[in-house]
Amino acid sequence: MHIPDGFIDGKTAATTALLSAAGVGLALRQVRRRLPPRRVPLLGLAAAFLFAAQMVNFPVAGGTSGHLVGGVLVAALLGPSAAIVVLTTVLIVQCFLFADGGVLALGANIFNMAIIGAAGGYAIYRIVCRVLPGTRGQVAAVAFAGWCSTVLASICCAGQLAWSGTVAWPVAFTAMTSVHMAIGVGEGLISALVLLAIQRVRPDLTSEVNGGEPSQPWGELVRYGLLAALGVAVFVAPFACSWPDGLESVAAKLGFEHKAVQSALPAPAPGYHVPGVRWAVGATALAGAVGAVIVFGLALLLARSLVPEGEGDAHLTKP
Amino acid sequence: MIDDWIGHYHRHRDSSVARLPAAFKLGVALAMIVGTVLAPPTAVGWFAGMALLLLVAVALSRLPLLFLLKRLAWLSPFILSVALVNALQPEARGSWRAVAVKSTICLLTIILVSNTTPFSRILRVLKAAHVPGLLITTIALMHRYLFVLVEEAERMRRARASRTFKRQRRARWQALSTVVGQLFVRASERAERIYDAMCARGWK
Repeated sequence: MHIPDGFIDGKTAATTALLSAAGVGLALRQVRRRLPPRRVPLLGLAAAFLFAAQMVNFPVAGGTSGHLVGGVLVAALLGPSAAIVVLTTVLIVQCFLFADGGVLALGANIFNMAIIGAAGGYAIYRIVCRVLPGTRGQVAAVAFAGWCSTVLASICCAGQLAWSGTVAWPVAFTAMTSVHMAIGVGEGLISALVLLAIQRVRPDLTSEVNGGEPSQPWGELVRYGLLAALGVAVFVAPFACSWPDGLESVAAKLGFEHKAVQSALPAPAPGYHVPGVRWAVGATALAGAVGAVIVFGLALLLARSLVPEGEGDAHLTKP
Repeated sequence: MIDDWIGHYHRHRDSSVARLPAAFKLGVALAMIVGTVLAPPTAVGWFAGMALLLLVAVALSRLPLLFLLKRLAWLSPFILSVALVNALQPEARGSWRAVAVKSTICLLTIILVSNTTPFSRILRVLKAAHVPGLLITTIALMHRYLFVLVEEAERMRRARASRTFKRQRRARWQALSTVVGQLFVRASERAERIYDAMCARGWK
């Protein structure tokens, strides 16, 4: 989901850079205030861990393989502010060392993967944890939040591409979201399995009591939530609010823009929208909503099959 | 092995481009990227100029051409897929060509800079640009332990593979997630040791 340079235009790059700078600034301040100095090196090591973990390929059907993205996992282990710092670090290193993800698109990538993916996913994780206590609840929560964060980040990515005029919204939304609804299943499953593996070896690392983050992170989450909402209002809402009309206006705008800037090329055909695309946006949105319910059910089943009855209570009695 | 896995790591070689100051290289690269991103799709002259500049830089950098092409191919699936999606949309014909050209130019610029500049120099430039200290520390630590942890993960994966005889997917997923989980446990234990070592050397 790393957006390369050239895919988003100046205004999108500037807006996302501003939002991300605010989010990362907030996260750094929180971490500096709350994290004990003992755990500062853990941020760098967690970032290196995330990178190394992304190299471990899990076999999926037909010779293809998937890997962990890990935003929600790191957030569940370290808390939302530390996770934003860790994800930002990973994205900066991937950008400057490996040229993975653009320099001007760094703001957009940080917004999608750190603020929406990690902090947004963490909010979902906490809500589910509150409803379902114990290890079982934690495993179900991380699986569900992993799926949600992948899908939400892809919707934001589609919105940014559409706002930049690179890809038309219906196409970007349908393609990105449907692909990431499938990828998210793997992400949720791997996150849950890894969390459980850590829980078995070092239960103290997965319980937030030992973490540097406060047990009541809602105050910070509200601030990240405001930033995320602002971003969504800019990138996604204009397209999503008025599906049929929004599509036409975007298509018209796109066609108009191309006509305006590309006098050298033949003007676009008058019947520019592909039939069925409008229908596909609604269908994808519906599939996303239904998918969320199904994935939540699957996450519960997964937690039930992975965590035996007694184990959840053992976690609760831990200090 | 690790080179194949990451595919990006390239050993530093001396050239006139590599000797340029890092701040200058990063500044020029940023200017080129900003200019390319903001250029209208019709500015063929600008794109041609940038491409020419990059070709000269590639020649001066003495990086193997095959390596550069491999890196480009490794990083271009996103570009190709968006180009493909756009090619199927009649109203967007033409614009995706500009997008593909733009992102290829930007990609090549960053590949060149990152392979002719040691990462510590880039960090120093970021520090001079007033990036917060905590972020710099985290980036420096990540860069230092990146390859250590990738190797550690690969060792654990190989050890696991040589002891697991079942080919079932379920068993493999369980085994691989244990490897990843263990990797996090080891990373956090390593972080504790690093903190002690940093304190022993007077870090504040």
